[in-house]
Formats: sequence, structure tokens, C-alpha cells
Amino acid sequence: MDGFTIAGARDRLTKGDLSARELTQTAIKAMEAARPLNAMITETADKALDMADAADARRKSGEAGLLNGIPLAIKDLFCTEGVLTTAASHILDGFHPPYESTVTANLWKAGAVMLGKANLDEFAMGSSNETSFYGPVKSPWRRRDDNAGLVPGGSSGGSAAAVASGFALGATGTDTGGSIRQPAGFTGIVGIKPTYGRCSRWGIVAFASSLDQAGPMTRTVRDAAIMLRAMAGFDAKDSTSVEAPVPDYEAALGQSLKGLRIGIPKEYRVDNMPAEIETLWQQGIAWLRDAGAEIVDITLPHTKYALPTYYIVAPAEASSNLARYDGVRFGLRVPGKDLTDTYERTRAEGFGAEVRRRIMVGTYVLSAGYYDAYYLKAQKVRTLILRDFEEAFGKVDAILTPTAPSTAFAVGAKTNDPVEMYLNDVFTVPVNLAGLPGMSVPAGLGSDGLPLGLQLIGKAFDESTLFRVGEAIERAANFTARPEKWWEAAR
Amino acid sequence: MSLDNATVAKIARLARLRIDEAALAPMAKELNGILDFVAQLEQVDVTGVAPMTSTVAMKLRWRADEVTDGGNAEKVTQNAPNAESGFFTVPKVIE
Amino acid sequence: MTDPAKNYVEGATGPWEIVIGMEVHAQLQSQSKLFSGASTTFGAEPNSQVSFVDAAFPGMLPVINGKCIELAVRTGLGLKAEINLHSVFDRKNYFYPDLPSGYQISQFLQPVVGKGKLVIDLPDGSAREVGITRLHLEQDAGKSLHDQSPNLTFIDLNRSGVALMEIVSEPDLRSAEEAGAYLKKLRAIVRYLGTCDGNMEEGSMRADVNVSVRKPGQPFGTRCEIKNVNSIRFVQQAVEYESRRQIDIIEGGGKISQETRLFDTGKGVTRSMRSKEEAHDYRYFPDPDLLPLELDAAWVEELRRNLPELPDDKKARFISQYGLSPYDAGVLVAEQESAHFFETVAKGRDAKMVSNWITGDFFAALNKSGQSLQDFVIDAEKLGGLLDVIADGTVSNSLGKQVFAAMLESGKDAMAVIDEKGLRQVTDTGAIDKAIDAILAANADKLAEYRSGKDKLFGFFVGQVMKAMGGKANPAALNDLLRKKLAP
Ligand SMILES: [Mg+2]
Ligand SMILES: [Zn+2]
Repeated sequence: MDGFTIAGARDRLTKGDLSARELTQTAIKAMEAARPLNAMITETADKALDMADAADARRKSGEAGLLNGIPLAIKDLFCTEGVLTTAASHILDGFHPPYESTVTANLWKAGAVMLGKANLDEFAMGSSNETSFYGPVKSPWRRRDDNAGLVPGGSSGGSAAAVASGFALGATGTDTGGSIRQPAGFTGIVGIKPTYGRCSRWGIVAFASSLDQAGPMTRTVRDAAIMLRAMAGFDAKDSTSVEAPVPDYEAALGQSLKGLRIGIPKEYRVDNMPAEIETLWQQGIAWLRDAGAEIVDITLPHTKYALPTYYIVAPAEASSNLARYDGVRFGLRVPGKDLTDTYERTRAEGFGAEVRRRIMVGTYVLSAGYYDAYYLKAQKVRTLILRDFEEAFGKVDAILTPTAPSTAFAVGAKTNDPVEMYLNDVFTVPVNLAGLPGMSVPAGLGSDGLPLGLQLIGKAFDESTLFRVGEAIERAANFTARPEKWWEAAR
Repeated sequence: MSLDNATVAKIARLARLRIDEAALAPMAKELNGILDFVAQLEQVDVTGVAPMTSTVAMKLRWRADEVTDGGNAEKVTQNAPNAESGFFTVPKVIE
Repeated sequence: MTDPAKNYVEGATGPWEIVIGMEVHAQLQSQSKLFSGASTTFGAEPNSQVSFVDAAFPGMLPVINGKCIELAVRTGLGLKAEINLHSVFDRKNYFYPDLPSGYQISQFLQPVVGKGKLVIDLPDGSAREVGITRLHLEQDAGKSLHDQSPNLTFIDLNRSGVALMEIVSEPDLRSAEEAGAYLKKLRAIVRYLGTCDGNMEEGSMRADVNVSVRKPGQPFGTRCEIKNVNSIRFVQQAVEYESRRQIDIIEGGGKISQETRLFDTGKGVTRSMRSKEEAHDYRYFPDPDLLPLELDAAWVEELRRNLPELPDDKKARFISQYGLSPYDAGVLVAEQESAHFFETVAKGRDAKMVSNWITGDFFAALNKSGQSLQDFVIDAEKLGGLLDVIADGTVSNSLGKQVFAAMLESGKDAMAVIDEKGLRQVTDTGAIDKAIDAILAANADKLAEYRSGKDKLFGFFVGQVMKAMGGKANPAALNDLLRKKLAP
């Protein structure tokens, strides 16, 4: 699978010197070889081959879609009809959705092939993929001269590992506070969280409804452009889906950056941020200036309040969204002495520690007497954060920041202090709060040999500019590093 | 604001999460850590600021009044841990 | 304004005032549910009218039914209420097995309809205005069946997600009778508007009745909420029982604890609901799966212009246009169908006579039959035909009643019955003359008495002649001729 990209595979599939079945077989082999990463909760090899054959048949009859025959990993937060869907939670034990999420249905309509369901943080709550009931995902990356297991980031950690390790050409992710961009940054791949409302949320297990958004994780910016086009689109089944045409994002690639103004927010620096991240950021600025963009200093004064705002809003919505997991209609039931006891045992056993913690916080901030001080206040601060962006976008076309304040960390390094873990999302969370599109592009390696990403933030529904600028960074950075395949030896 | 064990127990009850007596204090400590962190918002002046009510600037769409769904009793109950004669079942509720 | 004292109830320590507020849940007449495309039809197989949205499966999202918004706004307009062009759907969070998502989508701080009013008609003919606090849209819950198994509760989600409007009144009602009148009027209004079928047996309308008692002039007492009472009669019984219970407790030195109670229809008592004992903290917050509901002012005006004539207006018109008594007008407008029936029959006829017939013999027979106006054997045309033959003297009013009875039996029209039974009224003066002569001849003694001043015997002669003619004599002609014959 090495060397393959969606665009590259598409060209060979179109030419006919590669069949979807051959490509899928190779991908399945690589997926099986990568099992030590624990990137997948469920592998669907048989289904993948059937889908590949169907793709080949469509190709023959001239009906090949945008992603015809392209093997993908699907974050196990997307409901897939008849295929176990877990959200990486014990509480969804045995759940086989009788329906297909809109985004995955769109992908299948475009001809894509499902390799299986990718691991994630339980209910997408986490930044390291360590909260999964199915065990942590290991990053394909290791530090230079160090065999310690690293996290792939989260919550779309399985998706990131699937793409970075090379067995999937692309993967779906979801991003509530950085869950696509941070793992993309940690694993040296591209990830875009589109504008809220761009991809339908129908059929995606909800974490925080006002923040959740699906997006692609791929090896290149072009691949992300191709895949997002297939995923996105208006869906009448989602009241927050926006009725706007989906542009051909690929067409935006390769354009000059002349005339584009790129904003650099002074607030995107945090205590103890490694100097090399600042250096990389400056490098990114230089690349864009060289490519013809105008660099503009901007201010997003409420940035530092984004994380505390997020850690009120997201748990509040989650506490309500997760009330449906009660052991009555699907998933786990732990019998108790009466109904309440059954509920309490089911939910205490079914949810892991981080999910329980967030349900508790969310329940508390909505409870009588605290709603105004926490939830209402947070929603007002959210307005201020959005206003900051609106003001900035009066002056610039896109904003450049680092993706995360560090490179990937060791498994177990941050699991004892939730707040320490939350700080990972400091640069990604404001984008979700404002509903804007954000993309992480691999830009270089840290001194430890691990990937670092740069984040681009765009105006609402202007993903095209992100692809255009992102590709310029990609070109300038010429990021070709790949993890060594230690897992093949580990089998 | 600092949560005590009794409050933690009350919230756990509201959220239908069984929590052992011994787990109350550690949970209180974790929650207080998070609440201390979010308390930073006290510094923000939000006078005259309206809360954000939706992430997208658009009007709520209305659906036509048509029957387009249902008729799937079996699919609706097939994932249930306990179902009987087409019903979901739970331990007896006394009203 | 009625005298408040007339509603006071007597306790051991003197008079008490009952204070009642109602929260009525009315099912909107939509084909599909508030947030899903599943059907709302009553009585289907368990879980057969359930979408994955209604069963709160992972990833399912609500999309609002525009018809439900329209019906709620129409109802608000019918209650002469403020329509809020901006309203918000909130989640009301609590765990219950018939609430699959663990929250009910409702409207809390910003309902679609604000303050309004409703006029209740009381049996003594008086009317009184009751304040409406608000009307909001919300989802119904599923159904829990507790009697199917000794240790399990069965859950059917067919009702889950059905659109309800919750109509909240001010605590303006003061007696069981007023509570009943309120519900009756509210039901009439929603039926007129076609927004709810008002069918309480099927649960399309249920009342939560808030009852408290106080000494006249004192502040409100602690209230108890009696949940889900499903008939007007039960509402009245529940108020009677609950107010007496509270008075007894207070007079016995006790205190009322605010709680949710259940009306036991078998025993006619209210009792505490154990399952709802726990203090709730509903953690309302705006549903992030939905956006605020924005209404177009012009659209609301369009709905207002197209409202049908409502009971109060119709009643006023019946009084002025047809000269009916307020009581009769009230009876006729209680149901849109009966008002329409009246107006159909009254067209070109004597409205008072029509009203008397409909509210009298006709309704008596209809009620006895248990049939609906639509299916009843005597339709507007047949009743009109009967009234015509009474009016033109073909039969007398009292013979008309016989004809009516025969029509009920046979379903035939009035003329057919009259011809068949030979009930046609005799207006031929010759025949009447002959009959009078025979009666006078046979009652010479009575005739002498009459002539000597006993005027009252006139009625006796009328009766005898009528009897002799089998009741068919035209009463006016008979009176006329008899008077001439008796003249000295
Ligand atoms: Mg109520
Ligand atoms: Zn209600």
C-alpha cells in the first residue's frame, strides 16, 4: 500500500492497470499485518471484497463514482447497517444498526470500499485514543531511538493509525474539539473538519451535537479534497445540515496564493509550548509568504477561554445525548434489583471512566442553580469567540496556527490528569465552538522525530481556500517521512 | 464552588450512574479539578452578550406532514437486550 | 363577574376556596410525529409506528413537522393568544423507560404561544374568562404497560414522539364545575379549529389538574398535581375528592406536601404516585439538534384570517341572528357539527322552532341512539321536512312528535309516515263542524253549564272533538269553529 494515495489509486483504477479487488486485497493484508496497532475494532474483509467486486463491475459499466474501489477505514462512531457499531464503548455491546449513516452512505454511493470500523476514544471523548473499551490504539510512529508506545492522538486515533500506517487510503473521522486535526497532526497525515453543517450528522453516534462534525483523514491534501466532496452534502434528515452546494474542492488545488491574506493570531502560544512548534509555525508563515500570500497579524482575544467553554458545553450536551444508553432498546444491560438499579448498573459498567466523568460534569453544569453560571455563561462566551473570528475574517481569508501544542506523547503519560489531557485541544477547540472549517497539514518533524502539523482555519463554508492554502504548505514542506513498520515485526 | 461527596452522589443519581461510596471522594476531586479549570470563565464580561443558539446561521427547516417511517417493529426491537411479544421490557415499574 | 362566594365549600372551620389550574396535553391532528415520519394512528401493533428517531437509536436526529407548528399556532390564535415569532425547543432530561432518549423535546423558557384567554360557560348561563398562561409544543412519551407480566413492565413506543400541545391555564378556576367547563370549552375550540380531535378515551386530550385550597382572601395554598386525568367527569371527581382531602388535612392540623398524584378512576380517589416521588431536576437546555423556531409574521396573519368562526362568536351570532336564548345557543354551538346542523335546518325556517326541536326531542333521541350526528337516521333534510309539515299545518306540533317517533323507527321521511298512518291534519271545516255538533249533542248538560258561565269547559270540548277526530283536527280551525258554535 505504500506510495498509494486516493488520487494515485484512482488514476490507476481508471486506467485499468489495477482492479479494486487487487487494491482491496492488498489493503486487507496490510490491515491484518497492522493488528498490533489495534487501529480497528471490527475488520470487514469479506464485505470489503464484495464491495470491491461491485466497484469493479461498476467501473466496467461506466458508472464509477468519485471513490470507486478506494478502501477506507470508518471510525466506529458511524452507524453502518448490519455491521457492529460500538463507539468504542462497552455499553453498545452487540449493537448492529439497522441503518447506514448519511456520510458513509454517501461514500458507498461514490464507490468506496469499507475495510472495517476504526478504533476511537469511547464516544469520541479523549485526545489520545486511550479511553476505548477495546484498548488503546498505538501510533505507528515511534520517537527516534525509542521504542516506547505513543498515542496516535484522539479521538479519531484508529482512523489516523489506519491511514498513517498505510493500510487505508483514507478514513472517516469526527471532530468535536480537535478529534480529526490533532490525531492527523500527531501521525503526519491530513485531516479536515469541515464547516459545521457541511457533513450530515445523521447516523453518527452523537457526542456534543453543536460541535460534532465528520471529515476525512488522508495522506494528502488532494485526497482530503476528493474524499470530503464525496462525504459532504445537504441532508434533510439533519436539521443542522446546510443546503449549500458542495464545490469540487480538487479544482481549488494548485492555484496561486497571490492576493490571499493569511492571519496569524498572537494568542496561539501557550506556556511550555516547545520552541520547535513556534519555529515550525514561523516556517509555515515563510512558506505562505513565499507562495505569494500576504501575512497579517490578527487577534483572537477570547482564545484562552475556548477550552473552559468547551469543557462546559461539550459535557453538557453529552450528558443529555448519552442518556439514551439505558439498556432498554440496544446494547448492554446489567440487571439490577429494580429499574433504577438496572439503569445505574448498566451505565456505570457500560461507560468508561472518562465518559462517566464527562456525564457527571455535564449533569452538574445543567443542574438547577448552576445552569446560568456554567452553561449559559459558556454559550455567551461562545458568541464572543465567534465574534473574534468574524472580525478577523473581515481582514483575512484564512488563519494559520499550530495544530497542537506538542508532538505525540507516550501511552499513559497524561491519563491521570484530565485537565492536562484537555490542554491538547487548546488550538483546535475554538474552531468547533465557532463552527468553522479547520485543517491540519503535516509540516515537519520535531526533534524527537515525530510529525508536527499546522492548522488552517477558514471562513464558514470556505473549505476550498483551506485546500488551496493547505496544498501550498504541503508542497513547501515536502513531508515525506513515514513511520517504520515495526508492527510487521511485532506480529 | 467545590463539590462535596453528597453532591457528587446526587449528580450520579440524576445521571443514573451507580457510584460506590469509596469512589465518591476521588470523583469529587476530579470534578473539582475540572470545575476549577472552567472557573476561568468568571473573568469574562458577557454583559449584553446573547448566548449562541446555533452553530449555523440558518432557519429551522420544516418537514411535510407525511408518513415516511415506521412499520419496522422487528427492526426496532431486534437489538433489545430483552423484548417480548413486540414490546421492550424492563423490570416492573410501580406507579 | 360571578360571586366567588358561591363556589366556597364548607369545612369544619368555615368556608374554603378551591383553586385550580390546568395543564392540558392535546394531541395534534397530524399524520406523522412531531420529529419523525412515523404514523400517529391509534391502536396499532406494538412498536409498529416507531421510527429509529422515536426509539432514540444512536445517531438519530429530529426534523420538525411543519403541520404541527401550524396547528399549534392556529390553536394559539383560537385562544386569542400572543404568538411568539421566535421560540426555542429545549430538552427536558429525565430517565423513564417510555422516554427513549432520556429527554423530552419540549419548550421551556420560550414557548411558541404566550398569554391568551378562554371563556367558560357555566350551567347557570353565566360566562367567565380564564387566563391561558402559554401553549407549547412537545413530544409525547411511549406507553408503559404494567399489567402484562408479574415482574416486567412492557414498553410500546407507538406514542413516543407524537406531537402534543401543552396548554397551561392560570390558576383561575374555582370549582369542579368550572374545571369541567374549562375542559369542555377547550375541547370545543380545538375541535372547531381541527387541531385536536379531543378524543379523551383514546388519550388525545389529557389534563394535569393542579389543586390547592385556601381560606377566602388568603394567598394560594400548596398545590398537588393530579396527572393525566382522561375525562371531564373524572376531572370533576378528582377536584371534588382532592379539595376535600386537602381541607381535611389542613383542618386536622396537617400540612399539604406538594406532590404528584394519580386519580384512581375505580375508587374515585387520588393517591400519591410513588414513581414520581423523587425530586426532579430536569436540566432544561436548548436542544442542539434543532435551531430556534422562527415564524413569519405574514404567515401568522394568514392563519389568523383563515380561522373558522369559534364557539363564542358563533353563540353570539346565534343569539342575535336567530333570536335564540343564550342557553340554547350554547347547547347548539358546543359541537361544530350540531351548530352546522342547526343552521342547515334553520335555513328558510323558523329558527326558534328549529332550535326547540333540535335541543329537545331531536337531541334526546340522538343521545339515546348513541350515534353520531352524521350517522343518525334523521338527517337535516328529514328533520326539515317534518318541521315544514308542522309549520304548514299538515300536522299539529303534537302530532309532529308522533311522526318524529315513527320516522326514528322507519327512517322514512315525514310525509311518507303521515300518509302511511293517515295522520294528515283535517282542515276541512265541514268535517270539524260535524264532529263539533256530535259532541255538543252528546253533552247537552255540559253545554248548559258552559252557557251559564263556566268558561273553563271550552277546553273540555276541544279535547273531546280532537279525540273524536283522532287528533287530526287543525287546532286553529277547531278553536275558531267551536267558539262560533258556543256563542249564545
Ligand atoms: Mg404537567
Ligand atoms: Zn407536558
